[in-house]
Amino acid sequence: MISAEQIKYSVGTKNILNNISVEFLPGTCNLIIGPNGSGKSTLIKLLSGEINNFDGQLRYNGSDIKNYTKLALAASRAVLSQQTELSFPMTVEEVVMLGRNPHFEFNPSKKDVEIVKEVMALLDLNSFTHRNYQTLSGGEKQRVHYARVLAQIWEAPKGEQRYLFLDEPLNNLDIYYQQIFLSIAVSLLNETTTLIGVVHDINIALGYADQLFFLKDGALIKNGAPEKIVDAILIKEVFNIDTQLMLHPSTGKPVVLF
Amino acid sequence: MRLNNKIFFIVLTILLALVLIAAIAFGAVQILPSEMMAALIHWFKGESNTTIYENVFIQLRLPRVLLCAITGAILAVSGVLMQGLFRNPVVEPGLIGTSAGAAFGASIVFSLSPFMSPVFKTVLGPFLVPVFAFMGGLAATYLVYSLAKNNKRVAILPLLLVGMAINAIGLSGVGLMTYVARDPQARSITFWNLGTFSGASWFQVLVTGMVGLICIFIAFKQAKKLNVLLLGEQEAGYLGVEVNTLKTGILIVNTAMVSVATAFVGVIAFMGLIVPHVLRLLIGSDNRKLIPASIIMGALLLTLADMGARLLLAPAEMPIGIITSIVGAPLYIFLLKKYHFNQNDL
Repeated sequence: MISAEQIKYSVGTKNILNNISVEFLPGTCNLIIGPNGSGKSTLIKLLSGEINNFDGQLRYNGSDIKNYTKLALAASRAVLSQQTELSFPMTVEEVVMLGRNPHFEFNPSKKDVEIVKEVMALLDLNSFTHRNYQTLSGGEKQRVHYARVLAQIWEAPKGEQRYLFLDEPLNNLDIYYQQIFLSIAVSLLNETTTLIGVVHDINIALGYADQLFFLKDGALIKNGAPEKIVDAILIKEVFNIDTQLMLHPSTGKPVVLF
Repeated sequence: MRLNNKIFFIVLTILLALVLIAAIAFGAVQILPSEMMAALIHWFKGESNTTIYENVFIQLRLPRVLLCAITGAILAVSGVLMQGLFRNPVVEPGLIGTSAGAAFGASIVFSLSPFMSPVFKTVLGPFLVPVFAFMGGLAATYLVYSLAKNNKRVAILPLLLVGMAINAIGLSGVGLMTYVARDPQARSITFWNLGTFSGASWFQVLVTGMVGLICIFIAFKQAKKLNVLLLGEQEAGYLGVEVNTLKTGILIVNTAMVSVATAFVGVIAFMGLIVPHVLRLLIGSDNRKLIPASIIMGALLLTLADMGARLLLAPAEMPIGIITSIVGAPLYIFLLKKYHFNQNDL
C-alpha cells in the first residue's frame, strides 16, 4: 500500500502539486488522468521516489519512503517511463537483464536468467533476443523496456509488497499492444501488488481502472471507482470538452463518446 | 557481429604477449629472447647483469614497454568509463580537458623545481609530479563538466566546445611553464603535447602500475552499475543506482589514473576513443567485458604504436601522439558524423 498525505511540490514559485492526499491499495489498478500540465507525470515521479524534495508524507507499506535506500526501493518498485534511449548498441536480452540490477551483485544468477526469459516470452520478444536494441521501432523498444520493468519486480521481495508504475507508457504503441500492456499489468495484481499509472486515453482508463484519479492544475479534483464518479460534468470540468457517456454493451463499463 | 568471448579474450591475450616480446626485442639494439631470459634469471638471483644487451633490456626496454602497456590500458579503460558516464561514444580524456589539465599540473612542478631545496626535491619531488598532475586533471575535468552542464544534463556539443577551450588553457599553461623553466631537465612542449615513452623508468612503472591497478579495480567493481547508467540517470535511479555517488567516484578514479600516466608520458590523444569503439563492435557494450578487454587491447595497441614511434624513423624517434592521432582523429570524425551530425541534440 502507498499512502500520500498533504503532498505539496513546487518548482521555484510555481506550485506543481497542491495538497494531494491519496491511497493506493494492493490488488487495485489506479490510473491518473488529466489534461496536459496537470501534474500527472510529476505525481508519478514523486510517488515512485524519483522526486524527493516535496512537502508532506509519503509512505510505502506504512514506512516513510525516506527510510528506503534507492536499492531497497528498486527491489520492490519499478517504473515504466514514456521514452528511454540507449546510446550504445546492446542486445534486447541485455537490456531486459538490466532490470534485474537490484537482485544480483555482479553476475546474474540462474534465476535472473530464467525470469528474463519468462518476461521476454510474455511480451512476445523471443525472436528479438539477440537483436541490437537500437535497430528496433519505437513500439518494439517500449516492449523491451516493459519486459525490463517487469523483470525488475517479477517477484515481490519476501514478506513485502511490489509496486508497478506506468508513466504514459502507451504513446508509441498500436491498439493491440496498448491493450496487451494494460492487461498484463492487471493480470499481475494480487494482494501484494499495486498498480499506479498515467494514461492519456480516457476510454482505456475507464476500461481498466479500479480507481480513477482526476487531476487538474496540480490538484486532485475527484477520485473513486469509474462507474461511480465519472459523468459528463466531471469530464467537462477537468478536460473542458462536451461529451456523452454510455455503458459498454458487453463489459458494462462507462465509455466516453466525443 | 559478436565474437565468442572466451576465444576473443584468449586470442587477444596471446597477441598482447607476442607484441610485448616483439616490442622488447626490436629497437636501436636487438635483444634476443634468450638474452631476455638470461637477464631475468640474473635479476631474480640478484646478480648484476653481465652484457650490455641485458642492461639495455633491464634498464631501458623493459620499463619502457611496461609503462607503455600500463598507459595504454589506463587510457583505453578511461575512454570506456568517460563514454559510459557521458553516455556518448565521442568522449575521451584528451578531448575533455583531463589530460591537458594533468600536463599543466605536472609541468608546474618541473618549472618550480629549481626553487626547491635539494632535500625536498629528492625526497618528495618524484611524488609531487603525479600529485600536481592529479590536481590539474581534476580541476580541468570538473571545470569542463560543470561549465557544459545545463539543467542537470550534459549535452555533447557544449562538452566538446568547453573541452577545447580548457584544453587550450591547459596547453598554454604547459607552454608558459616550459618557457619559464630554468631546469635543463624540464621537459619540452613537444613532450607534453604529443607524448613519448623515451624517458621511462622503473619508478614510473611502479607508480603508474599501482595507481592504474587500484583505479581500474575500483572502476571494474562498478561495471554493473555503469551498464545500468546506459539507460540514463533517471532510469538508473529507478533501478537502484545512486547515480551521483557513482559519477563522482568514477570521475575521481578516472582522473587519478589518467593524470598519473600523463605526468610521466605526456598527452596521448585518441587512445580512449579507438579501443572502446573497436571493442564495442566486437563484443558489445557490457562494461563487465569491455573494461577487461580494454585493458588488454589498450596495452596492445599503445605498445604497437610505441614500436612504430621507435622504428619508423629509426634511429630517430618520433612522439607517439603523432601515431595515435593519425589513426584516432579520422575515427573521431567518423564517430561524430555517425552519431551526431543530422541529430538535433548536437
